[in-house]
Amino acid sequence: MPQPIRIKDHERDARLVRKRVVVGAVAIVSLIGVLIARLYFLQVIQYDYHSTLSENNRVHVQPIPPSRGLIYDRNGVIIADNRPSFSLTMTRERSGKDWLQLLDVIVEVLVLSPDDRRLFEKRMRQGRRPFEPVPILFELSEEQIARIAVNQFRLPGVEVIAQLVRHYPQGEHFAHSVGYVGRINEAELKKLDPINYSGTHHIGKTGIERFYEPELHGSVGYEEVETNARGRISRVLKRTDPQPGKDIHLSMDIGLQQAAEAALAGKRGAIVALDPANGDVLAMVSLPSFDPNLFVTGIGLSAYAELRDSIDRPLFNRVLRGLYPPGSTIKPAVAAAGLDAGVVTGDTRVFDPGYFQLPNYDHKYRNWNRTGDGWVNLEMAIMRSNDTYFYELAHRLGVDRLGLYLGRFGIGQKVSLDMFEESPGLMPSREWKRARYRQAWYPGETLILGIGQGYMQTTPLQLAQVAALIANKGKWNRPHLAKDIDGVAPQDLVRPPELQLPSPMADIQLRDPKSWQQVSNGMQQVMHGARGTARKVGESAVYRIAGKSGTAQVVAIKQGEKYDRSKVQERHRDHALFIAFAPADNPKIAVAVMIENGESGSGVAAPIVKKVMDAWLLGPDGQLKPEFRSPADVSGKPMSAQP
Amino acid sequence: MNSSFDRSLSGDDVLRRRATLLQRLHIDGQLLLILLVLVAGGLFVLYSASGKDWSLLIKQAASFGVGLLAMFVVAQLDPRFIARWAPLAFVLGVILLVVVDVMGHNAMGATRWINIPGVVRFQPSEFMKIIMPATIAWYLAKRSLPPKIQHVLVGLAMIGVPFALIVRQPDLGTALLILVSGLFVMFMAGLRWRWILMAVAAVVPVAVGMWFFVLLQYQKQRILTFLDPESDPLGTGWNIIQSKAAIGSGGVFGKGWLLGTQSHLDFLPESHTDFIIAVLGEEFGLVGICVLLLIYLLLITRGLVITAQAQTLFGKLLAGSLTMTFFVYVFVNIGMVSGLLPVVGVPLPFISYGGTSLVTLMTAFGILMSIHTHRKWIAQV
Repeated sequence: MPQPIRIKDHERDARLVRKRVVVGAVAIVSLIGVLIARLYFLQVIQYDYHSTLSENNRVHVQPIPPSRGLIYDRNGVIIADNRPSFSLTMTRERSGKDWLQLLDVIVEVLVLSPDDRRLFEKRMRQGRRPFEPVPILFELSEEQIARIAVNQFRLPGVEVIAQLVRHYPQGEHFAHSVGYVGRINEAELKKLDPINYSGTHHIGKTGIERFYEPELHGSVGYEEVETNARGRISRVLKRTDPQPGKDIHLSMDIGLQQAAEAALAGKRGAIVALDPANGDVLAMVSLPSFDPNLFVTGIGLSAYAELRDSIDRPLFNRVLRGLYPPGSTIKPAVAAAGLDAGVVTGDTRVFDPGYFQLPNYDHKYRNWNRTGDGWVNLEMAIMRSNDTYFYELAHRLGVDRLGLYLGRFGIGQKVSLDMFEESPGLMPSREWKRARYRQAWYPGETLILGIGQGYMQTTPLQLAQVAALIANKGKWNRPHLAKDIDGVAPQDLVRPPELQLPSPMADIQLRDPKSWQQVSNGMQQVMHGARGTARKVGESAVYRIAGKSGTAQVVAIKQGEKYDRSKVQERHRDHALFIAFAPADNPKIAVAVMIENGESGSGVAAPIVKKVMDAWLLGPDGQLKPEFRSPADVSGKPMSAQP
Repeated sequence: MNSSFDRSLSGDDVLRRRATLLQRLHIDGQLLLILLVLVAGGLFVLYSASGKDWSLLIKQAASFGVGLLAMFVVAQLDPRFIARWAPLAFVLGVILLVVVDVMGHNAMGATRWINIPGVVRFQPSEFMKIIMPATIAWYLAKRSLPPKIQHVLVGLAMIGVPFALIVRQPDLGTALLILVSGLFVMFMAGLRWRWILMAVAAVVPVAVGMWFFVLLQYQKQRILTFLDPESDPLGTGWNIIQSKAAIGSGGVFGKGWLLGTQSHLDFLPESHTDFIIAVLGEEFGLVGICVLLLIYLLLITRGLVITAQAQTLFGKLLAGSLTMTFFVYVFVNIGMVSGLLPVVGVPLPFISYGGTSLVTLMTAFGILMSIHTHRKWIAQV
């Protein structure tokens, strides 16, 4: 057979293409037929329907805002709900060309000021879709509604509508945790989904309200309505209901919250109580507080200035944004770091003459107890809050390892799962100091880090988390305010990638898990040991507490000078800190307390910690609630302080 | 000697000679006539749709002038010249698309333009509308027909890269037009029906699988809204509800020129760009739209005749693809405005306001003219 020669058969190619041209022509003609059929359907069969819509001026679509999800405490007590409120709206198309004069009429009828007139005009000029009623005045009184009704004949396009407005029945108790909603401002308007928020006028500004805004808001519904020439809705053509926002149950307990506030009453400070087992925030107090209801419909300028400028700073969230050197409360975590790094063991003893000196330096780093505690080991160092021991420990550990370990405890980073405002605090390092001050790291700065002073800054929430981590033997649970969102745990929420919740932290695994027990023993000695710094508080407890006091310096003390409270102005006194968890062998609550200018961690803050714990752990009979007893002592009497 | 011979020709021969004169200018008289009618009618509708805005009208007319010039210049190019340079232009176009992509992401927003201030400002994606079918036609014309599977795969890869880049801009409408313009070349080249059916059959289970196992709830929602805009009456659905009311209320004969209420009372957004057919439907009724469709059909018929008569395979494939893609413009735009298809930004050719699109379309018809007028006489039978 001869080898076939491959040549291009042009005639065959042309036939092939011509066939395809015919197929294409047939397809085009039939698709044009489809278009004509569609237009015949719209213009002939549905002609009456469409021409009525078009003639009666307008079908128009109006959004129906979803009702915002409610917020409950862990027991189902309502913390945020929605109440009806009346607003005045104006629709420019229906008001005609003279809508600016109509604003004057409104001002005259309701006896308002020129300022209000300006505000109305500003609101009317903001972006909107055609025929959308724009709310210009909120929270109308009965009298104002009546005045509008009487003058309705000269106010075309002006309407009173009822809308649901956020209300916080618990007032200031949850202002710093649940937060509040407020009117959507221009900046927020640009970022929001314009469709889903087309009927919504409020948005979460702080706290839970802000963090869970996507869940709380729900999705918008709409009505296709036909309106007559005067702008009244004559018929609803189609309605799709909005999908209400999801309800949120908090992990917080209103009883404990109130007990904690009562314990702190009259002071400025913060309390956080966590359930170490799962990261539930049981109570979160920042005093003084404020009434969130003021912000919902717009707070007056003078009222706002008063809150903002108050020397007590009620708007300041001390739990999440208050930055304090942790003082001695950091010692248990430093001890755990020292044990794990192997620079000390439980039996390592350090001699304390009342101060510590670096080799080749004159500077004396003083112990708070200037006479010294003699030979101290780890447990005793925690019990006595011995500074010398921790100077030595920090010196052996070095700043790099210290930073690494404290970072695992959450110092210097955001620890919470769902708290919007949280500050990361600061864990200093060599690199940080070089970038910030252009200086090398000095060995002395490592020492004072070991006792929680120096550059280190922590929030009360981070301190509570340190206590919870020690209680929980290093198992991490990010503290969270919400327990479930419509049946879903916050960790399991499905959200778009840009709104993801923070990822979980890695558990702290010590090489010898017994180290946790050693640290805990030291903390128990603080409360129950014969020379423990907070033994006065521990004595009266019916369960065993593990705790640690601390003071955060506000004003630096010069070398050789003694802290003399009478000389220091009240606002310059040290902040009192205390962290604790209880019951020590079966931890059910971890607490951190910070009292601004409270001076003494063990004297002022520790009793408040105990009050909070009692409120959570004790039944009406003054004994541990049955569910909090550990299996070992269910039968016997609850323990009290032991030597 | 020659001249006296010419003078003795009969009347029939004189007509043919005049036709050859137009041909020497490389202009196809029929196409030009239809285009002029279409654009004139378009300006008429645009005057009403823009709310009697003369400056808009003048801009559109100026764009048409630029378009005519582009058409004339392109018609002078030999198709073989176009085939030779198409691949290089394709590579250049892809590079420009990448540049736009990088710039757009730096500017934190969508960018479709290459902008060298004072020098030039254009959309590479618009450029690709012509280059894409030309490149695929160049590639397949050199192979034996119908194309083998490896050639189809290479062709698909060549289509896929610019398509993905334009989807990222994001400009779904243009991306889809470029996709179909490439696919139509393959179709014209005799792509096996079996493969076409297999591709369609494969899409369905993949889509169903994605829906149930891959997509998250919010992504599903976005797709649903895209497929059924009327489920979202506050966003894109608003346009569709209003444009349907506008078209429907026009009835058989329409409300009359400048008398459409929907468009003149600002109910209809984009009335002078993508949704202009609603104004036509409202003011001139079913009759008006049918007349428009008829003119489009004439234009497409001429395009298909040119395809069938083209001498080179490259010419056939390119002319066929350009003509079919032109129809897709028409079908997608009218289908979208009348609520048959999802809303993608595709203008109505020669009627919607917009200079870029007008110039591109005129260029495409310039290529058709080039293909038709550069034939060797011997093959014209």
